[in-house]
Amino acid sequence: MNFKKTLTALALTTALALPFAGTAMQADAATPPNMLVVAGQIDDLISLDPQEMFEFSGTDYANNVYQTLISYDPKDFSKGYGPDIAESWEVSEDGKTYTFKIADGQKFASGNPVTAKDVEFSLRRAVLLGKTPSFIVTQFGFTADNVDSTLVAKDDSTFVMVTDKKYAPSFVLNCMTAAIASIVDSALVMEHEKDGDFGNEWLKTNSAGSGPYKLTSWKPNEALTIEANPEYSGDAPAMKRVIVRHIGESASQRLLLEKGDVDIARNLSPEDVAGLGDAEGVEMQTDLRGRIMYISMNQTDPILSKPKVVEAIKYLIDYDGMANSFLKGNYMVHQAFLPLSYLGELKDKPFSLDVEKAKTLLAEAGYPDGFEVEFIVRTAQERVEIAQSLQNTFSQAGIKVSIVQGTGKETLGKYRARTFQIYVGAWGPDYPDPHTNADTFTSNPDNRLEAKLTGKLAWRNAWPAEGFTERTAAAIVESDTETRRQMYVDLQKDFQKEAPFAIMFQMTEQNGIRDNIEGYSIGSAISAVYYGNVTK
Amino acid sequence: MTNVDQSTGTGRTLSASFFNRHLRTITGTAFSMAATLFGLLFVTFFIARVMPIDPVLGVVGDRASQEVYDAAYKQLGLDRPLYIQFFYYIRDVVTGNFGTASLTARPVLEDIARVFPATLELATIATIIGVILGIPAGVIAAVNEGRWQDQLLRFLGLFGYSMPIFWIGLVGLLVFYGNLGWVGGPGRLDIYYVDIIPSVTGMILIDSLLAGDMTIFWNAVSHIILPSSILGYYSMAYISRMTRSFMLEQLGQEYITTARVKGLSEAKVIWKHALGNVMIPLITVIVLSYANLLEGSVLTEVIFAWPGLGNYITNALLSADMNAVLGGTVVVGIVFVGLNLLSDILYRIVDPRAR
Repeated sequence: MNFKKTLTALALTTALALPFAGTAMQADAATPPNMLVVAGQIDDLISLDPQEMFEFSGTDYANNVYQTLISYDPKDFSKGYGPDIAESWEVSEDGKTYTFKIADGQKFASGNPVTAKDVEFSLRRAVLLGKTPSFIVTQFGFTADNVDSTLVAKDDSTFVMVTDKKYAPSFVLNCMTAAIASIVDSALVMEHEKDGDFGNEWLKTNSAGSGPYKLTSWKPNEALTIEANPEYSGDAPAMKRVIVRHIGESASQRLLLEKGDVDIARNLSPEDVAGLGDAEGVEMQTDLRGRIMYISMNQTDPILSKPKVVEAIKYLIDYDGMANSFLKGNYMVHQAFLPLSYLGELKDKPFSLDVEKAKTLLAEAGYPDGFEVEFIVRTAQERVEIAQSLQNTFSQAGIKVSIVQGTGKETLGKYRARTFQIYVGAWGPDYPDPHTNADTFTSNPDNRLEAKLTGKLAWRNAWPAEGFTERTAAAIVESDTETRRQMYVDLQKDFQKEAPFAIMFQMTEQNGIRDNIEGYSIGSAISAVYYGNVTK
Repeated sequence: MTNVDQSTGTGRTLSASFFNRHLRTITGTAFSMAATLFGLLFVTFFIARVMPIDPVLGVVGDRASQEVYDAAYKQLGLDRPLYIQFFYYIRDVVTGNFGTASLTARPVLEDIARVFPATLELATIATIIGVILGIPAGVIAAVNEGRWQDQLLRFLGLFGYSMPIFWIGLVGLLVFYGNLGWVGGPGRLDIYYVDIIPSVTGMILIDSLLAGDMTIFWNAVSHIILPSSILGYYSMAYISRMTRSFMLEQLGQEYITTARVKGLSEAKVIWKHALGNVMIPLITVIVLSYANLLEGSVLTEVIFAWPGLGNYITNALLSADMNAVLGGTVVVGIVFVGLNLLSDILYRIVDPRAR
């Protein structure tokens, strides 16, 4: 029976030896001093063209590779927008003409100079390509037919923009800080134009910017690498290379951070944040983000369209319970449609879980025993947990909830087609101006189904937003910033009372960072990540 | 002369018959492969089109206005009748054009050429581990039926088969990477080794050897060892269970008793005669296990940040990126058909009756 011993020995030795095989192969766990390694989830990235991208990871990328006419200072967002490619600007007396003076001596990563012609090309490109984020620019009246006269470079250093009517300057200028207003290298991009696509196909996987970094490589769902742009006119970044590695799992990000194989972990679950509490060499950095979590009620539903039912539902949400348990660290209670830190922010929280009050309201509405209702919710852990919490608290007032889960595209399809009862959703601002959320939550100029205003949440919920639509339109033409701020505060207070939306939370982002990292900015609710000021 | 002529004539006849037989086999196999792949594309295409997921939203996003949505709808060809869409798709596929993946903005073939080698590398090593450990384990368990060796190996097999791979993967990472530091972390390489060597096959172990860079080779080994061991453990659990079952059947046969009576050593009886006869069904088991791994193991790929085929197809499905889904499906189909062909060939080598 010697062969049995041999076989046993062989099997056991192999099994035991396997884990040891890597011992001698393990590399040193510390990132180089001039390299920043970030673990993040970048599987949402589908294009690197700034006039096309509309994803969180895309905005992070554009923020570091491209410049805009004006931008925010990552060291102090409260200062508002300031010079970037444009060193100064003027608004005409009629409030329709904006003249930007382009600073001298700036260059793209290719070595080409940055001129007003590039600004003209980039903004016209945003309009003519007509991709999803183009509305941020076209809402000022720019169309394919009029860009030749409305977006014009007068000479190499003067760019003039003429809007279709007078808007609040803060509104127009805030929109000029968005990724779609990034200035691209017109000569380089047009070298790669194919079939009149303005170089879109090429720019999806390449870079043509003048920011502190330029693209080195992008492997979808794997890694994005950028390196310092030697032609950048600002202070040269200390991190010569930044690698953002796609690590989908929070626990894996945490392990990499603890071992020092990454410098920053961006998507840590509350459990992993708590687990990192005493970890050596790791700190937490928390910042507000712009995403709002809400539920909304379809107003074509005969029960959900009753104001008392809508109000009752707002009292059947355990805001604090959720924020202090499974959402802890990732969301805070917030009940207004503008994220905190936006112009016109509202901190009022008039609703809390009050089952008795909800029961009274339901009885007044004619539903003392509740009713049955269906939630549609995307299959994402936090949203499903929110739906389950709501199912529990709703049942205390007799409302029986069934939860229908689906992929993001599946639930969005139903939402946009108005074929749902209650939607559990999230909304992130598109640009750092209050109109971005006001336009979708409180504006619905045509509530008919055939109007198909699918971009507006008010329309998706068949809420006519009477009175609100007009007030939203008035706020974007108000030149006085303080008056404009108050208009949004009032709008949100009335929205809290009347709208079929229950705003519940605002996102906070907790990043785990190695304690030798300084100058890292998550970007707060109004911007995106900045790597240019990071040092080790 | 007559004999010679007859002999030559018979030789020609035999040779022609042999040639014809093989030609028929090759033609039949090619036709069967083409029909299988066509059927696969047909079913996948129509399932994809009736799924309640909107492919346009995958391209334009949630915020798109109706105008942008309508333009993308037309650009994707969704305004045409379904059979026309399918016709155009097949026409493009035949010319090697699988379209562009909306998730990555790149040609689907380019994406697959990037993600499939990662899966192939992982699955191959996992299968090797599974075979090296699984077959001896199955033989030992069968020979010691009912004894502690059998109980232990069956327990290990059952454990491997029952535990969620997500949990084993995380615990494995925590222990061997986090606490002991014996292996590399998630990803195929430490981040600063990425993009250093040229990609020839897409398999880093082979590419690093081709480039003669042993530092990167050993770094890649330290990263692949844990996920491949975990997948190999699952593979081992399956292979050892099936080996045990096949061996028990063979060990009860009369020819085994005859061999023992004739005085053959126990090693020869078990290893040569019994295992020899087990190899034929075992080839199917191993090939099936390998094929399953080549489809990509989504959870392992997520935990170990392994950019493989499983993750790619799953992401594509969830985003209704139909070009990517169909491209991935064709690859999986080719893998299955190819491995079936391989197992047929191996049958013929192992079992003379099948020739």
